[in-house]
Amino acid sequence: MEASLERKYNFDVVRWFTIMAVVYLVVGASVGVYIAAELAWPALNLDSPYLSFGRLRPLHTNAVIFAFGGCTLMATAFYTVQRTCGARLWSDKMAWFTFWGWNLVIVLAVITLPLGLTQSKEYAELEWPVDILIAVVWLSFTINFVMTIANRKSSHIYVSNWFFLGMMIMIVYLHVVNSLAIPVGLFKSYSIFSGVQDAMIQWWWGHNAVGFYLTAGFLGIMYYFVPKQAGRPIYSYRLSVIHFWALMFGYVWLGAHHLQYTALPDWTGSLGAAVSIAMIIPSWGGAVNGMMTLSGAWDRLRTDYVLRFLIIALAFYAMSTFEGPVMSLKTVNALSHYTDWTIGHVHSGALGWVAGISIGAIYHLMTRLYHTEMFSVRLINFHFWTATIGTVIYIVAMWVSGIMQGLMWRAYDEYGTLAYTFVESVDAMHPYYAMRAVGGAIFLLGAIVMLFNILMTVRKSLSEGSLSKARALPAAA
Amino acid sequence: MVDKKTKPKSFQEWLEVNIWGLLIVTALVLSVGGLVEIVPLFYMKNTMEYHTYPEIVWDKAGEEPIVTVDEAGQQQWNWKTGEGMRPYTALELAGRDIYQREGCYLCHSQMIRPFRDERERYGHYSLASESMFDHPFQWGSKRTGPDLARVGGKYSDEWQRQHLRAPRSLVPESVMPGYPWLDENYLSGKKMQRHMRGMRVVGVPYSDADIEGAPALVEGKTEMDALVTYLQVLGTMVALDESKTYRE
Repeated sequence: MEASLERKYNFDVVRWFTIMAVVYLVVGASVGVYIAAELAWPALNLDSPYLSFGRLRPLHTNAVIFAFGGCTLMATAFYTVQRTCGARLWSDKMAWFTFWGWNLVIVLAVITLPLGLTQSKEYAELEWPVDILIAVVWLSFTINFVMTIANRKSSHIYVSNWFFLGMMIMIVYLHVVNSLAIPVGLFKSYSIFSGVQDAMIQWWWGHNAVGFYLTAGFLGIMYYFVPKQAGRPIYSYRLSVIHFWALMFGYVWLGAHHLQYTALPDWTGSLGAAVSIAMIIPSWGGAVNGMMTLSGAWDRLRTDYVLRFLIIALAFYAMSTFEGPVMSLKTVNALSHYTDWTIGHVHSGALGWVAGISIGAIYHLMTRLYHTEMFSVRLINFHFWTATIGTVIYIVAMWVSGIMQGLMWRAYDEYGTLAYTFVESVDAMHPYYAMRAVGGAIFLLGAIVMLFNILMTVRKSLSEGSLSKARALPAAA
Repeated sequence: MVDKKTKPKSFQEWLEVNIWGLLIVTALVLSVGGLVEIVPLFYMKNTMEYHTYPEIVWDKAGEEPIVTVDEAGQQQWNWKTGEGMRPYTALELAGRDIYQREGCYLCHSQMIRPFRDERERYGHYSLASESMFDHPFQWGSKRTGPDLARVGGKYSDEWQRQHLRAPRSLVPESVMPGYPWLDENYLSGKKMQRHMRGMRVVGVPYSDADIEGAPALVEGKTEMDALVTYLQVLGTMVALDESKTYRE
């Protein structure tokens, strides 16, 4: 049954996106570990422009968000939409254009960012020619997805596809508006917005890159892969409807909480914080919806390592969607803003939630796409523990250093003068920066093991001939 | 194809069987938050302090050149420190380009918040008007290093140069990378003219004389000169009055 789907659906493009996602996970995490080490041991900058922290940090964020995250989203969205609609992708050619175009964007990022060609807007560093390419490729992805749904054989559109669709539309808005700029050279441009308006637009982009790209998209993954892996239907349909519409409406408002106490008018920041608090409800609704899908089958966690990844990801999702609203509160933000706490928060979301749900989905996909068992289940288990332990070490280091940093900056001595100079706070960070680099390295080790496991699985599938056998079967009705 | 035999029982279900409806409704729902939070910032007068305190902005910006270079190579300034916000000179803008290129904004903020400790450490809280010519803004989001919004004049040019070349030679605990290559690269007047024209398109009031005079200001200067000049002007344009409440 599973095998005959090879002719019916386009799984080739899904396979390529899946493999590339894992490759980019290793690349992105490697750059991350390197720049983490630079902060602990600054000699690693080597006085080289191409290796200095300021140029490599955008490479790290772009590699993990757009290369790893993007390939994962494209693999899972193309897979999910075909499976849930019972229809082949609307256009194979367009799907391949999306694959090659997206990888070209990534190659251009790897070249331009270390050269210092940047718009200097966080997570939107790529210069205008690459931005145009991103827009074209993203539209091809979106159009193909929407048209596949339009051609569906099933009556209703499955919830995963709502989330993917929401993400696609929002990213079009965000990318186009935030990247509006006047080119003054082949790889140099100036934003058409300035100062406070530019800041608000940047963080409207910045937070919704998190809210839509890294949350809505990955919730689309969750809504398909958790029930599939668990072998039971999603816990509550009603909860998913609420989750979807509340997330779509609410998340958009949150960007302003990145600008508390800045020169952004007070009303905007307060509005952002108020909606942020309200977002705990749909976020937790979604997390509960995913976790309770296992209701009555919790024992599966003992044996099913893929399911473990998916469920621990939901636990991190619940944790960081609680932490985020707390940090958006003005009093907390006064302490946490500008510190490593933010970095810790981001990584509990990025490593715990996004990477966790992706890794689970990719392991699930591998067996379906290559029609064989994983090369090694024990290595999946090893990966699970390295990923979890690495993430926990990372975020604990950043919590401690972030809160300490914030407290040191505002500490006064008995004479009413500032207790610490800035550089004393830098010095105090050193052990935590080292600890963070170690946590990141453990996470990276797991990613490398995953890449090995996946490549060996492909090899196994090729030598068994299981993929070609599956292709030879007549198409399913 | 879509099963049309059973009628959708609710609006939600109608959306679930109609991709175009779902697409449009989602697109509408997604646009609300952004519109409400962003659009008012462009027209609400209390966003920019210069509506109440016009002296924040230099009144001759765009009419007179900020600085000219005479035949003897001497700079003649029409603007004086503290006379208000003005566009960056060609040399400062070149420095700002380098600040962007090297990703300085990833570790240094340029946005002082209205707290006692920040005031004592960095100075008066930042105004929205102080970044009115910053395309894009450079407020930053992280302080791995200290805030730079008012770093201008805090250290000597020579200190800044040495610190940029080899930060740990002056501050042993620093984790900042060194930027020795800035001494080796020279600026181009033509390029800065192109950049200033671009800035003018997005609304920065450069006079023709500002753009014509750019090569005289930057030719023969290194990237290090430019970056230090930029750092030294940060926070010095507006003379802030402690007795005034610029922001509620």
